[in-house]
Amino acid sequence: MRAPFSSLFAGRPRRAPAALALFVAAMAAMPLVAGDYLLSVLILVLFAAYLAQAWNIMMGFAGLLSIGHALYIGIGAYASAALFVHYGTSPWIGMLAGVTIAALAGAAIGALSFRFKVGGVYFALLTIAFAEFTRILADHFGWIGASSGLFLPVANRATSDVWHLRGAPVMFYYLLLAAVLALLALGRLLLGRRIGYYWQAIREDEEAAKALGIDVFRCKLAAVTLSAGLTAVAGVFHAFYYNNLYPETIFAIGRSVELMLPAIIGGLGTLFGPILGAFLLTGLSEALTNATADWGIDGLKQLLYGLVLAIVVVLRPDGIWPWIAARLGLGAAPHPPASRVPPSARERSEGALPQGQP
Amino acid sequence: MTARPLLAVDGIAKRFRGLRAVDGVGFDVPQGGIVALIGPNGAGKTTVFNLIAGVYRPDAGRIFLDGADITGLRPDQICKAGIARTFQIVRPFGGLSVLDNVVVGALRQTADLAAARRAALAILERLGLAAKAAQPAHALTLPERKRLETARALATRPKLLLLDEVMAGLRPVEIDGMVAVLTALCRETGLTILLTEHVMRAVMALSHKIVVLHHGQKICEGPPAIVARDPQVLRSYLGSVGRHGGGVAVPC
Repeated sequence: MRAPFSSLFAGRPRRAPAALALFVAAMAAMPLVAGDYLLSVLILVLFAAYLAQAWNIMMGFAGLLSIGHALYIGIGAYASAALFVHYGTSPWIGMLAGVTIAALAGAAIGALSFRFKVGGVYFALLTIAFAEFTRILADHFGWIGASSGLFLPVANRATSDVWHLRGAPVMFYYLLLAAVLALLALGRLLLGRRIGYYWQAIREDEEAAKALGIDVFRCKLAAVTLSAGLTAVAGVFHAFYYNNLYPETIFAIGRSVELMLPAIIGGLGTLFGPILGAFLLTGLSEALTNATADWGIDGLKQLLYGLVLAIVVVLRPDGIWPWIAARLGLGAAPHPPASRVPPSARERSEGALPQGQP
Repeated sequence: MTARPLLAVDGIAKRFRGLRAVDGVGFDVPQGGIVALIGPNGAGKTTVFNLIAGVYRPDAGRIFLDGADITGLRPDQICKAGIARTFQIVRPFGGLSVLDNVVVGALRQTADLAAARRAALAILERLGLAAKAAQPAHALTLPERKRLETARALATRPKLLLLDEVMAGLRPVEIDGMVAVLTALCRETGLTILLTEHVMRAVMALSHKIVVLHHGQKICEGPPAIVARDPQVLRSYLGSVGRHGGGVAVPC
């Protein structure tokens, strides 16, 4: 079998592994040269990349649209933070709890939806509903601070205590970088297995997938459970990086929407799209903030941000990564969803079905 | 005594809002045989397929595969039991490559991707799609998509293959090619086929037995030569019986 490193690019040109190695090396060396501000921006990039990758497993691979992923971030964040605040439990143990609860929540939402054949936008609405419901619940849950918030004791930034996730931003930077790369490897692994093929088949055509013997219910459930559990990991880092949690921000719909964008802009269903998208969108957001701060016009940043998003979606509906990858000779990442096929091409093929007369 | 049929359909019925789409249809498909299900548009052919494939649950009647009752199983369970089907309106996985479409089918038999790829390539070779293996499925022409449907279903290595109008839209020479492929498959692998088809050229060339449906009911069953002369069949197709006792008009 191929070495795991190069298998990230199975069937791709040789320069792809070199490009990945360069990327990893550059990211690893970054804290040596970056100042506090740049490092904090890069941490935002890594958060965004990780979350988009986790969400992409559901939407990009299996075609399941979740607009409630803030739920799983919140579960991971609150579970680990509350255990730490109340019992001094290590966030790594807390992560175990958070991931388990989030995965169970994802499985429950998935099981409910798929059993009752709630699909497409209705499934998306349901994911929003559960996130909102949990936000309201958390607002009244005293053990986790309710609406007045949950606070972690401020860390000593000079020393890094990895076991308790207390320390300098650079510690979070490396942990998040490792998480992003691990998720990248996991994504590649899954796409090369039966489950990855089955997810993509379900994404493309559920009825045809069933006819090929795929247990659609179980495969979808696996996607939701995995994606939810992985998302909760980011919640743990979030809680211990920011040291404060409020239900109305951690469970906000805005967060759910924001975390989808890097995957959509970068390229749904691709491995590197979410990472590229995270760099571009976080960079854009920071640049616009800096540029518009002096002008004093409220909402100008959001307006420009939205405009750029709209332009990208119009020009590169498959996302930016497949396009760039082709340009750089890295090979496109596997299989964009067929929803991107122009509808005219689909209709032509089916409308032209000759009606044989007996 | 004859051997136990691979597929036994016994008095199945299905109504849609009072319309009797299929009304007490029963027939057998012998092991290794090719049986054609024909009838005018709206006769219930596709509904019979969907009942066998588990898309609908019959209101009455039973369906047996190799003696085991498979009535009311889900489509994926039906496939696992050994029945693969194609869709009349093709449903390729458009964003996946032609090869990967078939790999999805081949993964039914093995979890080993390399083995699934080899099996898929062999099937594409057989159906003349190997040159298109790397293309996205949405780039195929309609006749190619029909072949892809067949390839994908075959990749699951079914005991029984249900082909729903895979010849539609093919040119006569392509039809002959497809007929040759299917007969060879049956001969070499012991595959059994149940097909619906409007293309009589293919039906006559392929089938050992023809079952004729009309208004959801079976009106005739038998070898092609007999069925083509049956007065009731002629009436259902043409509205009247040819006085000279000729065969079914065959548009190809």
